[in-house]
Amino acid sequence: MGEAMLTDQSEITDARLLELHEQMTVIRGTEKAAQDLFLAGLVKGTTHLAAGHEAVAVGASAALRDDDYVFATYRGHHHAMARGAPPEACLAELMSKATGLCKAKGGSMHLTFAERNMLGSYAIVGSHLPMAVGAAWSATLRGTGQVAVAFFGDGATNIGAFHEALNLAAVWRLPVLFVCENNLYMEYTPIGDVTAVANPAADRAPAYNIPAEVIDGNDVLAVYDAVSRAAARAREGGGPTILEARTYRHYGHSRTDPAKYRPAEEVAQWLARDPLTVSRNHLSVRGLSEVDIAAAEERASASVADAVAAAKSAPDADPAEAFTDVWADGSAAWRT
Amino acid sequence: MADVTYREAVAEGIAREMRRDPTVVCLGEDIGAAEGVFKTTVGLFTEFGPRRVWDTPISEQAIVGAAMGAAMTGLRPVAEIMFSDFLACCWDYLANEIPKVRYMTGGQVSVPLVVRTANGGGLGFGAQHSQAVENWALTVPGLKVVAPSTPADVVGLMAAAIRSDDPVVFFEHKGLFASKGPAAPPDHVVELGRAAVVRPGTDVTLVALAWTVPVALAAAEALAGEGVSAEVVDLRCLVPLDMRTVLDSLARTSRLVIVEENPYQGGWGGTVASIVADEGFELLDAPIRRIASACVPLPFADRLEDEVMPTVTKVTEAVRRLAAY
Repeated sequence: MGEAMLTDQSEITDARLLELHEQMTVIRGTEKAAQDLFLAGLVKGTTHLAAGHEAVAVGASAALRDDDYVFATYRGHHHAMARGAPPEACLAELMSKATGLCKAKGGSMHLTFAERNMLGSYAIVGSHLPMAVGAAWSATLRGTGQVAVAFFGDGATNIGAFHEALNLAAVWRLPVLFVCENNLYMEYTPIGDVTAVANPAADRAPAYNIPAEVIDGNDVLAVYDAVSRAAARAREGGGPTILEARTYRHYGHSRTDPAKYRPAEEVAQWLARDPLTVSRNHLSVRGLSEVDIAAAEERASASVADAVAAAKSAPDADPAEAFTDVWADGSAAWRT
Repeated sequence: MADVTYREAVAEGIAREMRRDPTVVCLGEDIGAAEGVFKTTVGLFTEFGPRRVWDTPISEQAIVGAAMGAAMTGLRPVAEIMFSDFLACCWDYLANEIPKVRYMTGGQVSVPLVVRTANGGGLGFGAQHSQAVENWALTVPGLKVVAPSTPADVVGLMAAAIRSDDPVVFFEHKGLFASKGPAAPPDHVVELGRAAVVRPGTDVTLVALAWTVPVALAAAEALAGEGVSAEVVDLRCLVPLDMRTVLDSLARTSRLVIVEENPYQGGWGGTVASIVADEGFELLDAPIRRIASACVPLPFADRLEDEVMPTVTKVTEAVRRLAAY
């Protein structure tokens, strides 16, 4: 597969790495299920699947504290699940079920799991970067030692909110990690065609006096290690970091996009570096048995099958829910 | 109690809440050592220091976006957008993010923040620093919208806004900053969504907000000399909108003139009028009239601005025609 079969240098234990491999396999399976359910007419609207991006979410999440803040984009299923959102609730949300993660009010683009400080998926490109800055500011003022992480696509690096967020985070020296999932395409357009620099996030960092690294976003250990370093620095008062994780979508931009604009050779190269293949290789090189790895993968498949079945059998959203949760008192009343 | 200015009341209202709640923090352009371009944050930096009062770059998206992130994580930020025209620079947060995040997450998160901004015309600041844009905020379900007309209401509504677990857009009127009124009593809180009948009357109801309240009061005074008794209702908030008080007033007067500073086109008076038409038609003895700004950009020269904005004369003329209807 072209993977260097050298032993990795990460401090992560074998057992933990196996857990991360299993978690990524669950996310992959859930994304595949989402696609199948969509094709079966059971998911309405649109989906932006994150198959191929799993290592970014899982590697980063594993390096964070449980109470750290995470903000994601409309391509955010993997981030919700990496922070512990149950796949069943994620699929139920996509299927307009009462048991959906957001009571079927958010849908695919807004998966949120506040119980673990995964504070939302936002569908206006770049909008959540200032929010992550604010969460980091709040953590600093409250003295909690938490960090905030904003995950965003390469396309977000050309919008104003990205630049305003970077400057403010740097000026206020806030514990925030800006993690770009550079999948090489801004929707249907190669990011290089519409961006003045080669590395859309990392090359902007010097302008804001923020350290940056370009990392292998398909290698869960590379992500884990880089996020661990950046989070430690942030917690020590060292300020923000930009990480540009190079990765690749396995599906198109959204459900209507067959992604025919991507050269077959490029697709083949990236599929050969599938994050699940990379993590599997790490496990093999570390000496884990095929039996143990396969058992983890089977557990993952079984849990996805259970999640699909549970989501399918869940009750539909109650129409009365349309008129709750506008205001803090639970109501939607705007006048007397 | 000595009278205070509206601008002093803004700083006083914020300071009172900062004293009682350590999670209240302020951020905005020039609000710290410089004490605000409108001097509405005088004393805050001195009293509360740089950990509570933060100067920002000219980055409206970062200001309001960061306030949102802070509000979601345990603080009660008070963000200043210097001129309300600049809300357009961070409109994504007020249209798409802040009002929707509780709902679209199924109630998982709260956004207890206040966005304060200097609103309105009459001071010759031209088309990009003079608009009355309270109707912009009114168009978005999920925002509470406050616009006080007196110093005491500034303090009382600021307390309610900062304590609210819902996001509030707080419109301070540039034309009222120098106006004076009685100081707010200690612990003064004005519940959001409660209009005030600020002058009782029997012949016509004038519904007003912020700067148009003194316009309506002056018109009512002039009309009193002609034997027309005008009741003036200060809405104080657009969301929650206290239509009960408006409809109760119409039950007494049977005539309605709405005095609003935002343009007639899309102005808040249209919403008030439509509710009255739906629910108060039987109360009316005459058509509803709206005195709003004309549907042009705000011009610079005083004579042109007067032409466009509501004036006492425009209100009295409308009431006279209505009284004769």
